Amino acid sequence: MKKVLLLALTVLVSASMLFAGGSGEEDSTVVKIGVFEPASGDNGAGGKQETLGIQYANYVTPTVNIGGTDYTVELVIADNESSNDRAATAAATLVNAGVSVVLGSYGSGVSIAGSDTFRVGGVPAIGVTCTNPQVTEGNTHYFRICYLDPFQGTVLANYAYDTLGARKVYCLAKLGDDYSGGLVNYFVERFTSLGGEVVSETFPEGNSDFTSYIANAKNSGCEVFFSPVSTEAAQLIINQADSQGLGMPILAGDTWDSNVILQAAKGKDADITVTTFYPEGADPEFDAAFKAWVNADSTRLANNGGDDTISAVTAMGYDAYNFALQALQNAGSKDPADVMEALWGTEIDGVTGHIALDDVNGDAIRNTVYVKHANTETGGWDALPAVVVD
Amino acid sequence: MAGFFHQNLSYFLSGISVGGQYALIAIGYTMVYGILRLINFAHGDVFMCAGLVMVYLSASLPFAVSVPLVLVFTVALGFLIERVAYKPLRSAPRMSVMISAIGVSYLLQNAALYFTGGLAKVYPEIPFLSRSVVIWDASTRVVTLVTPFLTVILVVLLTLLIKHTKIGMAMRAVSRDFETSQLMGIKINRVISITFMIGSFLAAVASLLYFTNYASVTPTSGSMPGLKAFVAAVFGGIGSIPGAVIGAFIIGICENIIKGGATIFGIPGSGWTTFSDAFTFAFLIVILVVKPTGLFGEKAVDKV
Amino acid sequence: MDREKRNHLIRIAAAIAVVYGVILILEFTLRPTSILFTVLRKGAIYSLVAVSMNLLNGFTGLFSLGQAGFMLIGAYTYAILTMPVSVKQSERVYKYYECIVGFDTGSLIGLIAAGLMAAFFAFLIGLPVLRLKSDYLAIATLGFAEIVRAIFQWDVLGPLTNGANLLREYKDLTRIYLPFTDIPFPPTLFVFIVAGVCILLIVLLINSSYGRAFKAIRDDETAAEAMGINLFRHKELSFVISSFFAGISGALLAMFQYTVQAQQFKTMMTYEILLIVVIGGIGSISGSCIASFLYIALSEWWLRGLDMGEFLGIAAPDLFRSGFRRLVFSVIIMVIVLFFSKGLMGDKELSYEHLKQKLSSLRKKRRASA
Repeated sequence: MKKVLLLALTVLVSASMLFAGGSGEEDSTVVKIGVFEPASGDNGAGGKQETLGIQYANYVTPTVNIGGTDYTVELVIADNESSNDRAATAAATLVNAGVSVVLGSYGSGVSIAGSDTFRVGGVPAIGVTCTNPQVTEGNTHYFRICYLDPFQGTVLANYAYDTLGARKVYCLAKLGDDYSGGLVNYFVERFTSLGGEVVSETFPEGNSDFTSYIANAKNSGCEVFFSPVSTEAAQLIINQADSQGLGMPILAGDTWDSNVILQAAKGKDADITVTTFYPEGADPEFDAAFKAWVNADSTRLANNGGDDTISAVTAMGYDAYNFALQALQNAGSKDPADVMEALWGTEIDGVTGHIALDDVNGDAIRNTVYVKHANTETGGWDALPAVVVD
Repeated sequence: MAGFFHQNLSYFLSGISVGGQYALIAIGYTMVYGILRLINFAHGDVFMCAGLVMVYLSASLPFAVSVPLVLVFTVALGFLIERVAYKPLRSAPRMSVMISAIGVSYLLQNAALYFTGGLAKVYPEIPFLSRSVVIWDASTRVVTLVTPFLTVILVVLLTLLIKHTKIGMAMRAVSRDFETSQLMGIKINRVISITFMIGSFLAAVASLLYFTNYASVTPTSGSMPGLKAFVAAVFGGIGSIPGAVIGAFIIGICENIIKGGATIFGIPGSGWTTFSDAFTFAFLIVILVVKPTGLFGEKAVDKV
Repeated sequence: MDREKRNHLIRIAAAIAVVYGVILILEFTLRPTSILFTVLRKGAIYSLVAVSMNLLNGFTGLFSLGQAGFMLIGAYTYAILTMPVSVKQSERVYKYYECIVGFDTGSLIGLIAAGLMAAFFAFLIGLPVLRLKSDYLAIATLGFAEIVRAIFQWDVLGPLTNGANLLREYKDLTRIYLPFTDIPFPPTLFVFIVAGVCILLIVLLINSSYGRAFKAIRDDETAAEAMGINLFRHKELSFVISSFFAGISGALLAMFQYTVQAQQFKTMMTYEILLIVVIGGIGSISGSCIASFLYIALSEWWLRGLDMGEFLGIAAPDLFRSGFRRLVFSVIIMVIVLFFSKGLMGDKELSYEHLKQKLSSLRKKRRASA
C-alpha cells in the first residue's frame, strides 16, 4: 500500500513537473489577454460577473487586427481569490503566460497588491471596476476605465445629505479593505464638510455577526446606514437588518449593484440605494444579446448568480475588453510595452458611455453616476435619476 | 441598571445566542480532547460542512426531511474522519495526529471551495426559527431565543448520558486512563467513535442555529466559530463540559459587548471593533497564565 | 580535525557553492518574470521560517504556533523602516494617516531590525507563556499571533502601521543594490544569501552546547532539569532566537511580495509552515528545506494547470476549474501525513553518506528480490 502510494505520488509530481515546464509552441497569430479577477472569496460573485462580461466580449469579437494581420484573442484567466497575498501569485502567472495586457480586477485591494508584479513584468493593466485612487496613482502601467472613489463618495454624501435629508450617518467598512475603507473615507470627508455627523466603524475579516453593528447604528441615532462592503457581507447585513428592524435607508457603492443583493433583499424590509456604472436598459441591444448568451449555458447562468440580470460590472468588463482591443490596434503590435504606450491615447464608445483616459494617472474621464434602488417586491432594480457632475 | 439592560438588550441577546452556538461546538472539542488529548482542528469545518449540506439538501427536499438528513450526514462525517484520519495514527506521536487534524481541516475547506465555486451560499430560512419577534423593544429572531434553551437541554441530556449509561461510564474511564481502560476490556475504538459522533451531532445542531441567524455559508465560515469554540473549551478547562459551556457564553457575550463598545459606554472611535476577535485570545491567555488548566480543568500531574 | 569530518565539510561547502553558482547563472539567463524564480525565492523564504520553527518544535520540543505573528512583526518593521521618506510623506501609501516615522534605513539594517523586533516581542510573550505545557503553549502562542495581527490593524496605530491598509514602495527585491553602487543586486541570489546565512547560524547553534541542552529538554524535561539545565532560560532563548529568524523571513516575504498587509498573516499560514516542517521531518534541517521547495513548487507551479483547465496535457475545463488544485494538494498532504508520518527525512540530515546508504539498501533489496 505504502509503496504503491509512494510510486503514485512520485509519478504525479514528476509528470506535473515535466508538463509545467513545456507550455507548448507559441502560436504566432494568437494574442493573449490576461483576466485578473477573483473567482472565489469575498468578491468572487462580482469577479465572476465581470469575467462574464469579458468572455462575452471575446465571444462577440474573437479576433483583432494588429498591423494588418488578424490575431485570435485568447483569454488567460487567473483567480486572485479576492486575497491580497494571492494576488501577486496570480499576477505572476499571467505575466508568465506572456499576456499583452491585463484586465482587472474587481476589488481595489487585489489590484494594488498585484500592481507591482505587473510593473516588474512590464505588462500594462486596465482596471475595470477598481475605484480606489491608489490603483493608478504614481505609476504608468495601471490604467482604469471606471470613475474613482473621491467622485463616487462625494455623490453618495450629497445624496445622503440632500436627497435623503440625513444629518447623521452610520458608516461601516471592512478592516483592511481598500475599497470600503477608501470609499467611507471620501464619503465622510464630504459629508462632514456639508455639516453632517458620522459614526464610523469597521468589522474584521470573517465576521458574520452584524447584529451588534446594526444595534450601534440604531442606538446612536443615525438616519442612514452606509456600508459599501463586499456582496458577501452585504447579504448578511441585509438579512440581519431585516430581523433586527434597522429602520433606516441603506446606502452603498458600486459593489452592491449585483443580483446577489436583489436576491437577498427580495421580500425583506430593506430600503437599499446604490450608485453604479451602468443601469440595465441603457443599451437594450447589448442587454438582449447578453441575456441570450447567458441563458444559453448553465455554467454562465450560475456564474451570473443564477439569473440573467445584468450587473454594471458585466457591462464594464465588456467595455474593458473592447478598450484593450482598441489599444492593441492602436499599438500595432502585441508587445506589452507598445500597448502600454498606446493605452494613453485610446478612446472608445462603450455601452457604459464614452471612455477616454486622463494624462495624469490614466484614469477614465467620467462625470456620470447612475443611481438605483432595490425593489423588494419584484426583485429588480428601479432606476433613479442619474447624477451628472461637471 | 434595568434601564441600561433595556437599552442594550440587543447586544446581550446576540451574545447569548452566539454563545450558545459556540457552546455546542465547544463540547465536541472538549470531549475529543478529554479522550484522545487531540485538538480536533477539523471540528469547525465539520460544522461548516453541515451548513453547506443543508443548503444543498433544502433546495430539493422539505425541511422535515432535510434537517434529519443533515444530522445523519454530519454524524457520519465525524465518524468517517475519525476512522480515516485519526485511527491509523493511534500509536503515532501526538504531533502527527494534530497535523492530521490540520490536514483534514485543510481538505474540508478546499473541498468546499471547489464544490461551491468559492461563492457564499445563502442558507435557507427555516420557517419557525427565522421569524422575527420583538421582546422588550428589541427586535430579533426566534432562533436567538431558542438557542440558549436548546443548548442547556442538550447539555443536560449529555451529562445524564455520561453519568448514567454504560457508554458514558466507558467514556469517563477512557478519558481517565487510556491504557488501563483498554486492559479492563473497554472497546476503545467504539468509545472514541461514539465521542466523535456526539460531537458532530452537536456541531450539526449548532450549524442549524448559527446559519439561521447568519445566513451565508462560505468555505471558511467554520474556522472562526471553531477557533472561538475551542478557546471556550480551553477557557473552561478542556475536558470539562460545563466549563466549555460557561466559557462559550462568556466569550459570546463579551464579543458582542466589544462590538457595541462605542455605543454602550459612549466612548467613540472605531478602535473597539478591531479587537472583537483578538479579545477572545487575550482573555484566554490571561486565564491560562493565572490558572493554567482553565476554570474547571483538572490539575495535570507530571509522572516521572 | 579528523579526515572524515574534513571531507564531509568540504563536500557540504562544494554542494552549497554549486547551488549558488546555478542560481547566479539562472539570474542572467532566464527571464526575470520566470515562475522558477517565484518558486526559488518563496521556497528559500519558507525554508528559513520552517527551519526556525523546527528549532522550536523539533529541537527544543516546544509546540509553538506563533510563527505567522512573528513574521508579521518582521515584515512590518522592515517595510516601515525602509520605505523612503518621500513616499512616507506623499499620499501614495499613508493615505489616511500622517506617517510619524521621519527616516528610512537601508535594507540590511531593515532586515536585522525586523529580526530584533520579532525577538523582542518573543521575549515579552515568552515570559508568561513559556511556563505553559504542550497544547496550552500551542494555543497561547496561536492566540498571541492573532492579537498581534489585531494590534497592527488598529487604527490608533495608523500613523505608524498605516492602519489595516497595504504597505508598499519600500525596498523590495527590485529595489536593492550592490553596496555603494546603483547596480541592482540579483534578487533571487539575495534571498538565498540571507536565508542561507540565517540557516547556517541556526545549524551552528544546534551543534553548540546550547543545542545539546535544547535537545535534552526535548527528550526529557525532568531529566534535563536534574542535570542542571535551566529550563526556562533555555526555552526562552530558543523561543527568542526562533522568532528572530521568523522575523527576518517575514521581512524577506515582504520584499518578495512587493506589498504587505497584516491580513495575510493568518493562522492558516502557521499551519502551512507546520505542515512543511512535518513533511520534511521533525528535527531535520535539510528535510525542512527540501520540503519547503517541494511544497511551494507543487502549490505554485506544478499543479497550477489543475486550476486553469489543462493538466498533464489533458484539457477538462469543467473538472479542472478554480479550486481543484488546492483540493488535489490537500489530498496529497493527507496521504503524506497518514502514510509517511515520519516525513521525508525523519530526524536525519541529508548527506552524502545518507544517500549512499539509501542507494545501497535499495540495490540490496533489488538483488534479494532477483
